[in-house]
Amino acid sequence: MAEFTLPANSKINGKGKSYPAPNGATRVRTFKIYRWSPDDGQNPRYDSYALDLDDCGPMVLDALIKIKSEIDPTLTFRRSCREGICGSCAMNIDGANTLACTMAINDVKGDVTITPLPHMEVVKDLVPDMTHFYAQYASIKPWLQTVSPEPALKERVQSPDDRAKLDGLYECILCACCSTACPSYWWNSDRFLGPAILLQAYRWLADSRDEMTGERLDALEDPFRLYRCHTIMNCATVCPKGLNPAKAIAEIKKLMVARAI
Amino acid sequence: MTSKFTSASTIKGVRGLGAARSGVHHWWMQRVTAAGNLLLMAWFIISLILLPDLSFESVTAWVARPLVAIPLLLLILSSFWHARLGVQVVLEDYVHTEGMKLLATLALNFFILGTAAVAIFSLLSIAFGGPRA
Repeated sequence: MAEFTLPANSKINGKGKSYPAPNGATRVRTFKIYRWSPDDGQNPRYDSYALDLDDCGPMVLDALIKIKSEIDPTLTFRRSCREGICGSCAMNIDGANTLACTMAINDVKGDVTITPLPHMEVVKDLVPDMTHFYAQYASIKPWLQTVSPEPALKERVQSPDDRAKLDGLYECILCACCSTACPSYWWNSDRFLGPAILLQAYRWLADSRDEMTGERLDALEDPFRLYRCHTIMNCATVCPKGLNPAKAIAEIKKLMVARAI
Repeated sequence: MTSKFTSASTIKGVRGLGAARSGVHHWWMQRVTAAGNLLLMAWFIISLILLPDLSFESVTAWVARPLVAIPLLLLILSSFWHARLGVQVVLEDYVHTEGMKLLATLALNFFILGTAAVAIFSLLSIAFGGPRA
């Protein structure tokens, strides 16, 4: 059956450390951050860091970087672009998956609780294991596939109208906020491709230059790979890029029906 | 639950046994039977409300009319079929042991077929004036 409780060694142990605010701080905000290390044999814990917001950048990622640089260098998280285009700093902030770099601290009321993306194996602290997610991405062959010979000395052209069909799809940065917010993905991620990968699959189905539509649909036509989606819509709610993976999945289902009847 | 230490996170694991090449029919019939349920159930409920009374005699007399018995038969087929498809989805979502999933799906099919047979037999008994024990 589906596992609804955490395994014994995954439960929060309540032995978290607390780091007080610096003296004289007036705008103090506490960041309650999930900590787990594979090396110390301990259960995960929440550490609390009180920061002076007058001495910190506006985004949650600014706070994380400040903590790592000035308070606790053992805090581990992924980050790179700090402007919402690389997808590295996806994590669960105040109960919803989002990017730490585009989430303003002031948009959270009270303590800022930060945990890794839900239902992923944790490598350390806020770093989830993305291996399976990336293998699923590779499995949909996310590149242009054609059968016709390459046009001589020029690219495969696309009209502005056909290019516009990729809007709302090409912007996906594969941060995995949507997939790890999806209950269907929690229960069946071994076989269900999840919203991010299915949106990417539709990005190639919708591309006027791609000639492998039938083969792509063949590879998706499966009770688990595609049809675990029950339009729960958490994906569209959390997407930090404002995309709608549920709609892309619905479009795939429409194509499936169109070729079957 | 998969990680880099289990086969499911490799390309081979993700590709697995390949796509089942099915699921469209299941998905489509769930929607078609949903539409059927909506129309037929609305007709059934409104008709019951419009009956002069709900005594055994007046309801069975109403059910026995061909233009009532036939849509009722369709309602039984549509709703039981829809229930089978829906519960199958729930089993696929939550039952992860392969043997248990197979047994549960078989049990579901036998249960739906059995109860649908009872419902159809009851309806036909009333329609054709058979024994009412």
